[in-house]
Amino acid sequence: MNTPLRRVALAVIGMIVLLLANATYIQVVNADTYRTDPRNRRVLLDEYSRQRGQIIAGGLPVANSVETGGQLRFLRTYLNGPLYAPVTGYYSLRYGSGGVENAMDAVLNGSDGRLFVRRVSDLITGREPSGGNVELTINPAIQKAAYEGLTRKGYTGAVVAIKPSTGEILAMASTPSYDPNRLSSHDGAVQEAAWNADTSPQNHSPLTNRAVAVTYPPGSTFKLVVTAAALEAGRATPDTPLPATPALQLQGTTTLLHNFADQPCGGGATATLTQALVRSCNTAFAQLATIVGENDLRKQAQALGVGQQDLNIPIPVAPSTVGAIPDIAALEQSGIGQRDVALTPLQNAMIAATIANGGVRMKPQLVRNILAPDLSVLESFTPEQAGVAMSRFTASEIRDMMVAAENSYRNDGKISGVTIAAKTGTAEHGADPKNTPPHGWYVAFAPANNPQVAVAVVVEDGGDRNLEATGGSLAAPIGRAVIAAALQGVR
Amino acid sequence: MADAVPVQDTGAAPGALPPTKRGLELIMLAFATIVVTTALVLVELNQPQGLTRSVLYDGAAYLALFSAAHIAVRYLAPYADPLILPCVALLNGLGLVVIHRLDLADETTAASVGSPPPAGNLPHQIAWTALGLGLFVAVLAGVRDHRQLARYGYTCGLVGLGALALPGLLPAALSEVNGAKIWLRFGPLTIQPGEFAKILIMIFVAAFLVTKRDLFTTAGRSVLGMELPRARDLAPLLMAWGLSLAVLALEKDLGTSLLFFGIVLVLIYVATERASWLVIGLMFFLGGAVMSDLLFRHVHRRVTAWINPFADYDGAGYQMAQSLFGLGTGGVFGTGLGAGRPDLVPEAHTDFITAAIGEELGFVGLAAVLFIYLLVVMRGMRAALTVRDTFGKLLAAGLSFAIGLEVFIVVGGVTKLIPLTGLTAPFLAYGGSSLLANYILVALLLRISHAARAPAGASGPRKPVAPLAEARTEMVQRP
Repeated sequence: MNTPLRRVALAVIGMIVLLLANATYIQVVNADTYRTDPRNRRVLLDEYSRQRGQIIAGGLPVANSVETGGQLRFLRTYLNGPLYAPVTGYYSLRYGSGGVENAMDAVLNGSDGRLFVRRVSDLITGREPSGGNVELTINPAIQKAAYEGLTRKGYTGAVVAIKPSTGEILAMASTPSYDPNRLSSHDGAVQEAAWNADTSPQNHSPLTNRAVAVTYPPGSTFKLVVTAAALEAGRATPDTPLPATPALQLQGTTTLLHNFADQPCGGGATATLTQALVRSCNTAFAQLATIVGENDLRKQAQALGVGQQDLNIPIPVAPSTVGAIPDIAALEQSGIGQRDVALTPLQNAMIAATIANGGVRMKPQLVRNILAPDLSVLESFTPEQAGVAMSRFTASEIRDMMVAAENSYRNDGKISGVTIAAKTGTAEHGADPKNTPPHGWYVAFAPANNPQVAVAVVVEDGGDRNLEATGGSLAAPIGRAVIAAALQGVR
Repeated sequence: MADAVPVQDTGAAPGALPPTKRGLELIMLAFATIVVTTALVLVELNQPQGLTRSVLYDGAAYLALFSAAHIAVRYLAPYADPLILPCVALLNGLGLVVIHRLDLADETTAASVGSPPPAGNLPHQIAWTALGLGLFVAVLAGVRDHRQLARYGYTCGLVGLGALALPGLLPAALSEVNGAKIWLRFGPLTIQPGEFAKILIMIFVAAFLVTKRDLFTTAGRSVLGMELPRARDLAPLLMAWGLSLAVLALEKDLGTSLLFFGIVLVLIYVATERASWLVIGLMFFLGGAVMSDLLFRHVHRRVTAWINPFADYDGAGYQMAQSLFGLGTGGVFGTGLGAGRPDLVPEAHTDFITAAIGEELGFVGLAAVLFIYLLVVMRGMRAALTVRDTFGKLLAAGLSFAIGLEVFIVVGGVTKLIPLTGLTAPFLAYGGSSLLANYILVALLLRISHAARAPAGASGPRKPVAPLAEARTEMVQRP
């Protein structure tokens, strides 16, 4: 009877070995899969039990974690939530995170490699572990001007302001905005209600950061890119005459392309390139595009950052595009920033900033410093060149044209003693473009001879002016207010 | 390990009585106390309020409780295996610590939503432990020779069967908790008669096999070089199989059904020494498994939740998925006792207590617990090997194998090796019936191991006094 007894004992050993092998598979081999599964709430709960770092703008903690004494030890709170929401993003137990909260999560939750030494010393000294802080390049005064410019009349739109010489993003506003405090609430019902409201298309999806996540047809602001391409390739000078007809039949079609209000481009049969840009003549630029050609236009757009797939500021930026250009008619339309051309407001601000910076494109950046929990600097942002998009000479020629353009615009909110270089745009869109209120654009930089700030403003769907809307009437006053705020500290 | 520690407490000269090794048992109990107290300290340290002096009292109370059991063993079964009781004490102690730790988590959760603190499970489990140890001593005192039990084989069988079947036949209001009809409800008290039936039926099967052993070894036809039993001799196995399926159908208890069939099969195999029984039994098992997957919705649900718990993450697969998340987060070394979130797994204190251990003590802790169980099973098997009577061998084998199989079914279920069954880890998990029944089981195992190691005549029933006429003549040593 002892032989079967020994075998049974061996069988039990076998069963335990089987259990151990299986436990090894789950706890060692597959452990990371389970640990990092988004449905595994342990990771989040663990994060909530540590003090998350602050997000700082202009010395103010715009996102902060405060102790609650509850099961989730820390509550994420936002100072002036809607104002900074497109930048800070949100941090929600249920819905994850967005914006800088998401892009800089490793620093904020303390797991980043740059905080390693600190973590080890926390472990040894028994000090409460906490995350690092992120200091933004955002300037609160400029951010406020941008946000209030958009919200004053209830516009849906976005503003981006960049410092041309460094690429630092001074303001990034998107409206309608949302209050991230509601998404980070520890009350599930509040979170859910906020999430539903903030993602609802009826409310214009406030959670969508229009400054970096949405692309719009740039309209006439794209004429800057066409001009740059023409000047760089030597196919035109500012004085090159272009046809000034009020309408143009697109090549190979019966469709007519009209100038704004169907006016001719000035009094003569031709207009110079400068005049065409100032008056924003569609017919002239449609033909300039054919002179430049698809290749040079694409090359110029790419040099300015259009088409970049992996731009992170560190928030990921949607790629802008020139779109497909299958024939001459498409090239003519693309030359005036219509058809399939689509830019993010950030991209358009970057174009203005590049012209302002003498043709050198700087990589846009939202983070100035990464700080340890004790606010000592762990790593600083250094300006980074993204490439040379045009010669200094071309840039100065375009600047002069933009100054002339700004001088020709209506007077809303102009700042005395400051020379602004600008270009407006009024972009049609939708299935029935003539009866859909257009998007209004304004891109600018100032002061023209020593640029401190470049700005792009977009106001969706005609703002409060419906079909009558233009970039000059909707977006320009906001852009000038942002420039005024930016120059306040400088002058 | 037993042989590595020198034992001097008997003080017996070589050649005299063999050592009882009770001193080793005491040392090992002290060791278990240290481990359990350390675990408790770790739990407390990881809580916001920190360490309190009550930890010391808890440790002392634990030691006192098991010292009492130890003293009882000294008197009632001095030659019993010295490692089984400390192992069981360690498992029970760890279980108490983890249950305490889960109580704390529930309190924190309740406090954070502003509801009053829930009544903890720990006080109940401590009471059950004390009661279990009382029962342990009572069994050791009541059953002075395990062979006595064989005489009550049929009675045990009948009572066991009744206990097993009772909840299935009673109305659901009296017997159903969480979908399984395996309970008896007396007001606030619920007991699981199946836990006790397990032991009673083992006694019956062992006694039955001792008397009918020859029947099972009668050869039938030989197929593929293996001698099959005659068809009519299959009746007892068929009955066990039918009973298992009945338990599954009436009580929706996959675990007990599996456990029961497994034990009977192994006992028949040990009694007959014929592997053909195992092959036949496994075929029966496979047939039954496929049939119940097709027939019973509650079984099928468990099987689908086992194959991919994430397919129905918010439903049937939720518990399994949480268990896997916990185990994965624990990794090799665990999050540390009191520093994980084992309370996220539903029923962490009962069915999923090994998942809680795997999360907070990691793979290392889970492996250690499995080794403790293995040690208990191996010591039990050793008693079965060395005890002289057939009934004792069968019963010891059944009792030890029952622990091993139950651990396999429970831990296998929690770690997604096999489908979940609803059994609980012996001694670790919260639950009065399981604890009481398993202390009876261990008392019987110690009783048999005592018989195995005791020198002849040292214990057991007094030998029948022979009539004077048959007495031997004595040789008197001459001066």
